[in-house]
Amino acid sequence: MTRRLPHKDVVIVGLGWTGSILANELTDAGLDVIAIERGPWRNTATDYPPTYAQDELRYRIRHELFLQPAQTTFTFRNKMSETALPIRNWGAFMPPNGVGGGGVHWNAETWRFLPTDFELRTHLTKRYGAHFLPADMTIQDWGVTYAELEPHYDRFEYLCGTSGQAGNLQGKILTGGNPFEGPRSRPYPNPPQAQPFSHTLFGQAARQLGYKPFPQPSGNLSQAYRNPLGVRQGPCSYCGFCEWFGCGNYSKASPQTTILPVLVRKSNFTARDQCEVTRINLDPSGRRATGVTFVDTAGQEWEQTADLVLLCAYTIFNVQLLMLSKIGQPYDPVANRGVIGRNFTHQTISDVVSFFDPKKFIFNPFIASGAIGMCIDEFNGDNFDHGPHGFVGGGYMGQVQTNGRPIETTPVPPGTPKWGAKWKQAVKENYLSATKPGTGVHGSMYSYRDVYLDLDSTYKDRLGRPLLRITMDFHDNELKQNRFLTDRFAEIFQAMGAQQMDKQYRRAPYDITDYQTTHLCGGAIMGNDPKTSALNRYLQSWDVPNLFVIGASAFPQNAGYNPTGTVAALAYWSAEAIRTHYLKNPGQLVHA
Amino acid sequence: MSDGIRRRDVLTGAALALVGSAAARAGVIKGELPWKPDEASPPPRVEPGAWQFFTSEELPAIEALADRIIPPDPQTPGGKDAGCVVFLDRQLAGPYGSAAGLYEQGPFIQGVEQQGAQSSKTPAQTYRTALQALDQYCRDGRGSGVPHGKRFAELAPDLQDQVMHGLENGGVQLPGLDAKQFFITLVKDVQDGFFADPMYGGNRDMCAWKMIGFPGARYDYRDWVSRHNERYPLPPVSIGGRAAWRPR
Amino acid sequence: MYRRGRKLRLAMVLLATTFAACTHARSGGHASRPSFDLIQRGRYLVTLGDCTACHADPTRSDSPFGGGRPVETPFGKIVAPNITPDRETGIGNWTAQQFDDAVRRGRRRDGKRLYPAMPFPYYARMSAADVGAIFAFLNTVQPRHHAVAADRLPFPFSIRANMIFWDWLYYRRGEWRPSPGRSAAWNRGSYLVLGAGHCGACHTPKTFLGGDEHSHDLQGYALDGWFAPDLTDDRAHGLAAWTTADIAGYLETGHNRFEAASGPMAEEVKDSSSAMSEQDLTAIATYLKGQESVSQRFTALSPDNPMMVAGGAIYRDTCSACHKIDGSGVPYLIPNLAGSAAIASRDPTTMLRVILHGAASVATRDEPTGPQMPSYAWQLDDVQVAAVATYVRNSWGHAAAAVSESAARAARHASSTAAR
Repeated sequence: MTRRLPHKDVVIVGLGWTGSILANELTDAGLDVIAIERGPWRNTATDYPPTYAQDELRYRIRHELFLQPAQTTFTFRNKMSETALPIRNWGAFMPPNGVGGGGVHWNAETWRFLPTDFELRTHLTKRYGAHFLPADMTIQDWGVTYAELEPHYDRFEYLCGTSGQAGNLQGKILTGGNPFEGPRSRPYPNPPQAQPFSHTLFGQAARQLGYKPFPQPSGNLSQAYRNPLGVRQGPCSYCGFCEWFGCGNYSKASPQTTILPVLVRKSNFTARDQCEVTRINLDPSGRRATGVTFVDTAGQEWEQTADLVLLCAYTIFNVQLLMLSKIGQPYDPVANRGVIGRNFTHQTISDVVSFFDPKKFIFNPFIASGAIGMCIDEFNGDNFDHGPHGFVGGGYMGQVQTNGRPIETTPVPPGTPKWGAKWKQAVKENYLSATKPGTGVHGSMYSYRDVYLDLDSTYKDRLGRPLLRITMDFHDNELKQNRFLTDRFAEIFQAMGAQQMDKQYRRAPYDITDYQTTHLCGGAIMGNDPKTSALNRYLQSWDVPNLFVIGASAFPQNAGYNPTGTVAALAYWSAEAIRTHYLKNPGQLVHA
Repeated sequence: MSDGIRRRDVLTGAALALVGSAAARAGVIKGELPWKPDEASPPPRVEPGAWQFFTSEELPAIEALADRIIPPDPQTPGGKDAGCVVFLDRQLAGPYGSAAGLYEQGPFIQGVEQQGAQSSKTPAQTYRTALQALDQYCRDGRGSGVPHGKRFAELAPDLQDQVMHGLENGGVQLPGLDAKQFFITLVKDVQDGFFADPMYGGNRDMCAWKMIGFPGARYDYRDWVSRHNERYPLPPVSIGGRAAWRPR
Repeated sequence: MYRRGRKLRLAMVLLATTFAACTHARSGGHASRPSFDLIQRGRYLVTLGDCTACHADPTRSDSPFGGGRPVETPFGKIVAPNITPDRETGIGNWTAQQFDDAVRRGRRRDGKRLYPAMPFPYYARMSAADVGAIFAFLNTVQPRHHAVAADRLPFPFSIRANMIFWDWLYYRRGEWRPSPGRSAAWNRGSYLVLGAGHCGACHTPKTFLGGDEHSHDLQGYALDGWFAPDLTDDRAHGLAAWTTADIAGYLETGHNRFEAASGPMAEEVKDSSSAMSEQDLTAIATYLKGQESVSQRFTALSPDNPMMVAGGAIYRDTCSACHKIDGSGVPYLIPNLAGSAAIASRDPTTMLRVILHGAASVATRDEPTGPQMPSYAWQLDDVQVAAVATYVRNSWGHAAAAVSESAARAARHASSTAAR
């Protein structure tokens, strides 16, 4: 029997970055807020202390901090004509789990998207003409502009203590920063991190080639910091166990190290962990959410009623909950109708692994942080003329190597056997003098009519609910983009003095077993037209006005950057709309 | 923590139970960050001792495979002496072996490679089948130059390599499993054991880390990040410590 | 963020009323209606005295004065009574004089003697006016019917009459009197430290009967698996490195550039000193900085001592992740081991406990982070714990005898028992 809990003003599904930000903003506004999190509470000193956080097998290989596929997973196929099969072990992306969400085990790369990224279709059409875009490309404008989001990017960076060098301060281009970034109102709150040897050499080589390299904006802190909430972080110690791992010394920005200490102290905030929301409940009209139903670890079902429901789970779980709750019209790629599940995207990642003379170079690859590195942005977004190249989109590239963890990062030159004496010798010779950026080319992925999400009719999760089905493949535009970017990237390593290079282009078909990034986007996108978007520009559901869906699920397409900065900016943007408009007059904020 | 529920209760773990009692086992967090003394979930240290997974029938083959994947050399032990088989034994006897946490609901349908493995067999079952089938393959004398009646471990090293290349490139098929996929897994598992923290049974005396110059579980390179092109001076350390941690 | 304005006003009221010859004390709690000021002053004094530390009902989050908490003493458990104005089970039928007798003389209503778990030897220093204010305030809290179980002391401590002897030895009557040659801040600090604040209850060494060793006032004492450090200005073991602002800031927020409060001090900060006025915090700090003490200094162990070598390796390989290679930590987040009172203490109890079992520092409004130290009990065996403790206690200006393996073993056992 379902048990009912006392009514709350707000129920938040998922207590990661967006859930924490929304909870903090809305408790500040005086609302009584409960957050319901599927995974466990996580704490620095007891869950990933520096006594055993640096365990590559446990966290990197066995995925301890992530959701387990046995809890729930997805099915996957490349094409609509194929049968989707379940993802039995994670590969291409890693769904987070637990309080702090992906913020616990992210790299802390804290980027802003380009101003043109938010008005993508309008901008590209204007510059290149409508015919330049592939016919089945479904990119859209976001309905929000960079200028509108700028104060919210700023808030997130100051919350995190992001370490970086401004490139465009209120329109003034600054040396050493990213000259392509949108104008920022303030410098980063902390100076850039120190750069290890290979990262520094990459920057020098890029400069020699005429590019304008800059340090990657990092949520691994360059110095001790106290954020505007009063929460303190320490300086990063470059341990090389950052992404996939929790940070053991309070030096990586996460909900735990920036918000939660303040949030849990508030009498109008409650968190429940180990509770999985199974659906959003609607009143008989179907136009108003009454709260959520969740199950605890004992299998007991609970109902939490609330005036406002905020969906703050990992991107595609947001989409799945909308579908399971029958909110919004599911997307039909054949009829090209419906909104829930459309414009699903990932990222176009590739790498160049380079081998240098061991007698001349000691890179000490184990000295690094999750968001370390020198990057260039000449080939991102529409920072260059795409006319001659026949594709749109781009990405940043850089020597952003995060680690020398030996299970993952013992590269051997092309042609080396995968085992045996030659392999062992090559590992030994090259460990200290090879570079393996990991996600060295961080390309955009634009949206297409046949890349989408819906419910699988065969496979179920442990609670008997249909799994979400991913239909995803690379399109020529992205493959061309990647070839061009990867070649430019390799030229920089060549200039650094690499003896040998392994150019690992991204190739079709999309492979669900090969880790790329965890930057899944779209499926419940924002926009100006309810026919082509699930949410309005404030991330409010067009169909159920007391439901907001926060996350990268709202991205109409993915840009050539890591998404967290933009996800968090959208969370603050949405929170502000709720505080200043919605609470005064609950209802639809945009009338289409 | 709600007003009046005090640290002393937290020390005894009573507070969480007190406020959490409304929701069965699911915890309610309010007022203060949860914390208990001694709370930690370190990896269990693998102790030498009886085999937990491999049978005496299987051991010669897996030890020989480990030593061909990572052959010994004058500076660094091979897979067997580095403890990779101990590592594998404990891994296969544990959650990895039973595919704990993975999605195991049917139907099991073979798809395309990029959809990932769709086997209903756990790694433990696969190893069991594969090692027996490998010995049988060798005893049958089926590979070119492979003498009849000898088990894998009894073959000369170059013949062992030849069989292994056959597994790797699909030339050697074993009944009851995807031999090529098994070989990929085997190489990965042995190499994982070689490089994982010695707490897990492999990488004995941090031999693999010493071989490449990886300082192990250290957590602070603030003094070295800006010392470019200089060899890091300190030896590796395991999660379980190192010899220098003990007064002499 | 800060509550400076409110605290300042409150402090001015307090200073004025405490130092003036106050005539506000009433003869009975219910006889006349106490003034708002008096009640507010009482409320503040209850905070200064940290009454809820013992008198809260541990089973009820809404009952800070309902009683029932067993308080550990060296002689056994003493259960703190209900001090809400309930007529049957609390102090509802008490007169102001009866209340004063309990607080300042350690006498129950029936004339029997209270055990000194109730720190009446300190409260005796309070003025009658202040005790009257406390009584007035307690009479305004929600009455709670809650009969509290009797004490469970083993014989012979179960005989309250024994306390006659104890009182004769350790109890001195008499209100606190200002020292004319000292500043107003020093005097206020003295009143707070020796009176309501009862700092010596934890920080002054005790005789075998639990009385204060007044020759070593505030020089540190081990209790409940922790060592309450030396609060004097002693260079080797005390707070000589801390400025007045460091001490006041620590009391207010639980953190300063050297130290983070955990264990019983975290409770004190949370319930008491974080709510004190800035003037009072500065006064306490001023008084403590004036407590001169010169103890004999050890010579630091030689770096090639085997315990130092092993401890140094452990420190470098693990502790440096947070405390940095030079022990300097991160101000207000990670303790600076060079300036930490817990490290400088004569007795390594706190340090061993924190290494073995971990610790959560207090989170306060001004310092909400509440960083935590992980437990090393699983990672380090006794000799390794002793070695790293020895290393830290003989580095960065510290000097102390080597910590023995058996001390580490005892701490592993003792504090894990106390922690449960």
